Amino acid sequence: MRIKQLLIGMTASVIAVSSYVEMAIADLKFPMLVYRTGAYAPNGIPNADGFVDYYKMINARDGGIGGEKILHPECETGYKTQVGVECYEKNKKDAMVFQPMSTGITYQLIPKATADGVTIYSTGYGRTSAANGKVFKWVFNAPVTYWDGASIAVRHILKQNFGNIKGKKIALVYHNSAYGKEPIRTLETLSKKHGFKLMLLPVDHPGQEQKATWLKIRKARPDNVLMWGWGVMNQVAIKSAASIKFPMDKFIGIWWSGSENDVLPAGQGAHGYKSLTFNAPGTNYQVHADIKKFVHDKGEASGDGSHFGTVLYNRGLFQAMVQVEAATVAQKIHGTSKITPAMYRDGFENINLSAKRLEELGFKDFAPPFKITCENHGGSGLAAVQQWDAKAKKWNMITEYMYGDSSVVQKLIAEDSSKYAAEQKIAERCG
Amino acid sequence: MIYKETGQYKSSYKSDHAIFPLLQDKIAFSTLMFIAFLIIPFVINSYWEKAILVPFLIFSLAAIGLNILTGYCGQVSLGTGGFMAVGAFSTYKIMTYFPDMNIMIIILISGLITAAVGIIFGLPSLRIKGFYLAVATLASQFFLVWLFNKVPWFYNYSDTGQITVSERTMFGVPVTGAEAPSYATYLFCLVLVVVLSFAAKNLIRSKMGRSWMAIRDMDIAAEIIGVPPLKTKLSAFAISSFYIGVAGALYFAVFLGAIEVTESFDIMTISFPVLFMIIIGGLGSMLGSFLGAAFVVTLPIGLKFLMVDMVGLSAVTAKHFEITIWGLLMIVFLIVEPHGLARLWSIAKEKLRRWPFPY
Repeated sequence: MRIKQLLIGMTASVIAVSSYVEMAIADLKFPMLVYRTGAYAPNGIPNADGFVDYYKMINARDGGIGGEKILHPECETGYKTQVGVECYEKNKKDAMVFQPMSTGITYQLIPKATADGVTIYSTGYGRTSAANGKVFKWVFNAPVTYWDGASIAVRHILKQNFGNIKGKKIALVYHNSAYGKEPIRTLETLSKKHGFKLMLLPVDHPGQEQKATWLKIRKARPDNVLMWGWGVMNQVAIKSAASIKFPMDKFIGIWWSGSENDVLPAGQGAHGYKSLTFNAPGTNYQVHADIKKFVHDKGEASGDGSHFGTVLYNRGLFQAMVQVEAATVAQKIHGTSKITPAMYRDGFENINLSAKRLEELGFKDFAPPFKITCENHGGSGLAAVQQWDAKAKKWNMITEYMYGDSSVVQKLIAEDSSKYAAEQKIAERCG
Repeated sequence: MIYKETGQYKSSYKSDHAIFPLLQDKIAFSTLMFIAFLIIPFVINSYWEKAILVPFLIFSLAAIGLNILTGYCGQVSLGTGGFMAVGAFSTYKIMTYFPDMNIMIIILISGLITAAVGIIFGLPSLRIKGFYLAVATLASQFFLVWLFNKVPWFYNYSDTGQITVSERTMFGVPVTGAEAPSYATYLFCLVLVVVLSFAAKNLIRSKMGRSWMAIRDMDIAAEIIGVPPLKTKLSAFAISSFYIGVAGALYFAVFLGAIEVTESFDIMTISFPVLFMIIIGGLGSMLGSFLGAAFVVTLPIGLKFLMVDMVGLSAVTAKHFEITIWGLLMIVFLIVEPHGLARLWSIAKEKLRRWPFPY
C-alpha cells in the first residue's frame, strides 16, 4: 500500500516538474543567483531585493519588456561555488543572462556559459579582463572594473596628497580569494609608478577573524588603507579600524565595501569612512517613485522592503536596469519581442546608456552614462568616492565620477585576456 | 523469500569468495551496471550530470577513501578537503607541465602524489589516536589549503589564485573543460569509480584489509598477534589518500573546471560533508560509502526541488528549512541508526529473506 502511494506521488511530481519546465519557456527568463543565507547575506539580501523589485515594477508598469513578462526564478547559492553550478545548470535553459554576484561563481561560469551561449553580466566584479570583448564574447562587466577601482582609489589618495605619494605606505586589506586578489597586480604596478609602498593583508573567509590584520596595521601605521571586502568581513574591518582609532577618512573600500550594513555596526566610529561607488544612494529618483507606486504600495516588496534606497539595493536596481535594457535593445535590433539568448547578447553589446536614456528609464543622475561595444565590455570605467556620515546615517558623494589610470589598466587587461585566449584557444573577434 | 539462499550451493573456493555470492545480488548488480553504463549515458543531460551524477560519483570515491581510513582502519581524519586539494593541484601542475599527457594517467599520478602526502600526514597516527589524531589531521587540512593559497607556484602565478582546467580528451572526446559532453564526463568518472571500488573491495578482503580491521578493533591486540602498526596504519593512510586524491582531481578537472582552494576545499564544503557521508552511509561498509554520498549529494537538491518547485516556497525559506532539516536528520540518524544506511539495507535484506512469512 505504502509503496503504491509512494509511486503515485513520484509520478505526480514528475508530471508536475515537466509542466513547470514547459511553463517557463514563454517569457523572458532572468534567473537570479542570490544569497540570502550565510556569511554574505547582509550584502546579498538588499542587492537581491533591488533586482526583484525592479523586475516586478517593469512587469507591473510596462507589462514586461516589449510585452514579454520577466520571469525571475531565484536560486539560493549561499555564495558557494558548487551550489552556484547547480543553480546555473537548473536555470540555464532559455536564460537571458546570469548575474552570479560572486567572483568565484563568475570564474566558474565564464567557460560554461561561453560554451552554452548564455550571457554573464558581472557588474563591477568578476574577471576584470572580461572587459576585453574581443576575447570574452559572452561576458560583460560594465560599468567599471576592479582594476579601474584600484587606480581610482589611488587617484583619490594622490589628489589628497597634492599629487605626491612617494614613500607613503598603502595597505590593502583583502578577502583572501579570487575576488580580493583582483586588485593586487594593478596596485603593484601603480606602486612602482607612484613610488608608494604596498602592504598586503589577506583576510580569510568568512572574515570574522581580523585581530592580527589590524594589529599589523597598528604597528606599521600605513598612511592609507584600501579594502576589498564583502559580507561580514566589511563590518568587522570597519569596527576594528574604529577600535584602533585609524583615521577613517584614510580608509577607502571598494564599491562592495560601502553599504549601510557595513558601517552601521561600528556606530559613530565609522564616521568619515570612504568607499568607491558607481551608483548614487537615496530614494530621490523616478525609478524609486515607480517602484513605490507599482510594487511597494501593493504590498509586493521583495523581502521585508526595509532596504529600499540603500546602496546595495540601488545597485541591484542599476544591475537589473542594465539587464532589462539589453533585452529592449535586442528587441529593437532583431525586430521581435521574443528574443533568444543569442539575440539578447547582441542587445547587450549595443547598450548605449546615455544621460538622456538614463533619464527616460528613471535613472537621471543615478549613475554615469556608459556604452558597451564589441571591443569594450567594461563600460565607462567611472567611479566616485562616497563618505559615510554616521550622525545623519547616510552616504554622501564627495567627488565627481572619475576615470582610473587607463594607461596601466588597459595594458593589464590586454595582457591577461590574451593569456586566457591562448590558454583556451579563443580567436579574437571584432574585426 | 526474495532473498532465498536455499539451493545456492558453493562448490568451489572461487564461488565462496565471490563479492556477490547470492544470485539475487548478482542480478541486481548487473542490472545496476547495465543501467549505469548503457542507459544513463544516452539519457543524461547537463543538469543531471553537473548537479547530481558526477558529484555523486566523485564524492563516493572520496567517501570510499575516508571509509578505508576511518571505517576500516579506525583512524579518524578531518583532512579530506586538504587531501582533495592535493589531488586537484597535482592534476593542475602536471597538466600544465605535460600538455600531451593522457588525463587518466594524470589523475592516477595525482592520486599517487596525494598518497605520498597522506603518508607524511599519517605519521602522527603512530603516536596519537582518536580525538587527538582528528586534531592532527585537521591541522593538515588547514596547512594544505593555506599552502596552496600562499605559494604562487602552485597556481602558476595567476593573479587570482584560481586554477583553471584546459581541455583534455579520451578517445577523441573531451572529458574536461566546458565543451565536454555530459555523457563523457559521466562515463569517465563512472569507469574510474567502478574500477577503483572493485580494487578497494578486494583490498579490504585481502590480508591488508584484515590487518586494518585488526588495528581498528584493538591495536595492541593486533600488534601482539603480529600485525605491524607502522605498515598497516601508513598503508591505510596511503590508500585512503590515493582515493581522496583521485576524487579531488576529478572534482577539479571534470566537475568544476575552475577552483579556488580556500572556497572549494574548505573544511565545511568537503571534510565534514564527506565525514557525514560515511557516518550516514555506514562506517566500514563499501555500500555505505555510496549510499552516504548519494544521500548527502541529493538531499539538498531534493529538498529544494520539493520545497521550491513543488510547494512554491521562496528560495530563501526553503534554504532555511533545508539547513534545519539537515541538522535534524543528522541527529535522528545518530540516535536511530548509528550504523548508517548500510545497516538499514542489511536489515531490509534480512526482512526480505523471511518475507512473506515473518516469524
